[in-house]
Amino acid sequence: MSQGTLLSARRVSLAFGTIHALREVELDLWPGEVLAIVGESGSGKTTLLNLVSGRLRPDAGAVWYRDPDGALHDVHAMPDPALRRLHRSDWGFVDQNPRENLRMGVTAGGNVGERLMAQGARHYGSIREAAIDWLEQVEIDPDRIDDFPRTFSGGMLQRLQIARTLVTHPRLVFMDEPTGGLDVSVQARLLDLIRTLVARLDIAVMLVTHDVAVARLLAHRIVVMQGGRVVETGLTDQVLDDPQHAYTQLLVSSVLHA
Amino acid sequence: MKGYNFGYLDEQTKRMIRRAILKAVAIPGHQIPFGSREMPLPYGWGTGGIQVTASVLGPDDTLKVIDQGADDTTNAVSIRRFFARTAGVRTTTHTEEASVIQTRHRIPERKLREDQILVYQVPQPEPLSRLEPSRAETKRLHALADYGLMQVKLYEDIARLGQVSISYDYPVMVNGRYLMSPSPIPAFDNPKMHGMPALQLFGAGREKRIYAIPPYTDVRSLDFDDHPFRATRAPHACGLCGATDSYLDEVVTDDRGGRLFVCSDTDYCASRRDTAQVAAQ
Repeated sequence: MSQGTLLSARRVSLAFGTIHALREVELDLWPGEVLAIVGESGSGKTTLLNLVSGRLRPDAGAVWYRDPDGALHDVHAMPDPALRRLHRSDWGFVDQNPRENLRMGVTAGGNVGERLMAQGARHYGSIREAAIDWLEQVEIDPDRIDDFPRTFSGGMLQRLQIARTLVTHPRLVFMDEPTGGLDVSVQARLLDLIRTLVARLDIAVMLVTHDVAVARLLAHRIVVMQGGRVVETGLTDQVLDDPQHAYTQLLVSSVLHA
Repeated sequence: MKGYNFGYLDEQTKRMIRRAILKAVAIPGHQIPFGSREMPLPYGWGTGGIQVTASVLGPDDTLKVIDQGADDTTNAVSIRRFFARTAGVRTTTHTEEASVIQTRHRIPERKLREDQILVYQVPQPEPLSRLEPSRAETKRLHALADYGLMQVKLYEDIARLGQVSISYDYPVMVNGRYLMSPSPIPAFDNPKMHGMPALQLFGAGREKRIYAIPPYTDVRSLDFDDHPFRATRAPHACGLCGATDSYLDEVVTDDRGGRLFVCSDTDYCASRRDTAQVAAQ
């Protein structure tokens, strides 16, 4: 694998029965980089995300992760406790549906504090302080710290999920359609927020989206997928302004310009 | 008693339960599955505790059984008589004379010794059961020592009520590794488990689990650094013996609001009154 990458997928393939979800996919992610995976529905974007984050096992190939000490780990050869530790400290996951990730019966503060407590934080005052600080950072009124997520709007839920994920300062965050299902004005605000936070905290992001506009706004680099293969990859502006592959050309030309 | 093996259970069953107990002692706080038998009393009346007691009881043992601290309640009386008939062992109500004490929902006030065994009746052995309904998932959480969920519950209590609202079955960390349900003893009794010289065995009959705390084991009640665990008791002295350090029951004495606070540990209360009487004479 290349020097200095944070995460690398090498020739990973995965089939569900006769459906080839992923075919020999190669992928590199460098520290602090935002990488967008775009493609049509069913092209294997989410499967790829689940696979590199260890939620799914590949039939062939391997995914390598470099820890803060520079040591390389095969994600799928890691013992369960180590992978779980990674998921609650160095890594984060932002789901399309915040209800999947949040605990709806637990207050906003408890949701934000859970990862801290799972890491062993045992000081109520400082957990609460961190929760208030993060609610402010994602533009949720800190007075709502003791409210239940079910009283929050869709956009607020998504921001709460982001606060809950970033509270432990992960190095790598996986995002699956973070703005899906939100109306356009809320989307714009959320994208702006994600861009600011990611740049300030120097987090690497692997972002799955079907929306080319989201990719252009957030991503440094872009990977275009079709039928389980990576068909084109490069700098975002380069790929979107001068698409080489026929499918990418179709994808770019299909975007409506307001 | 004719027609029954010593202590009601057959020897093979006792061996199976003793193997589970040995495993439980080897891994403090970890729940060991066992083949729980049908017992001649209903689930919830101490089928787990009675099987553990039957397996550790020998002919030379002296048995004490308490229910909510009392020796004279139905459950305590019938289990004590059960073993008096099926095992012929001596029984007692005095904590210091007993070698095996089966208990429901209390730890005796008197300090226990190395040569005593305390057997708890446990309705629900899984401390995470109310937070995570899936047994497969809670097993995973125990395996990975992933107890953030329980801490979130405590956080929620403090955020909403200003204090932890669990007054009984207050979860503990055993030997710094396993989260354990202490059975529904009052939180007041939790500190007694820490470093106890006696062996503590827990039997859950319906849930088919046995777990244990070996003597002198570290047992900590979960808390926050800035909201430390506090053992609470009713702010009264016992109405019979005057004790101010024991756990109290509130007894309604008439229909005009009359109330009496008395020790829930009847043996402790009686022995204090005896001593006071002797001193007075």
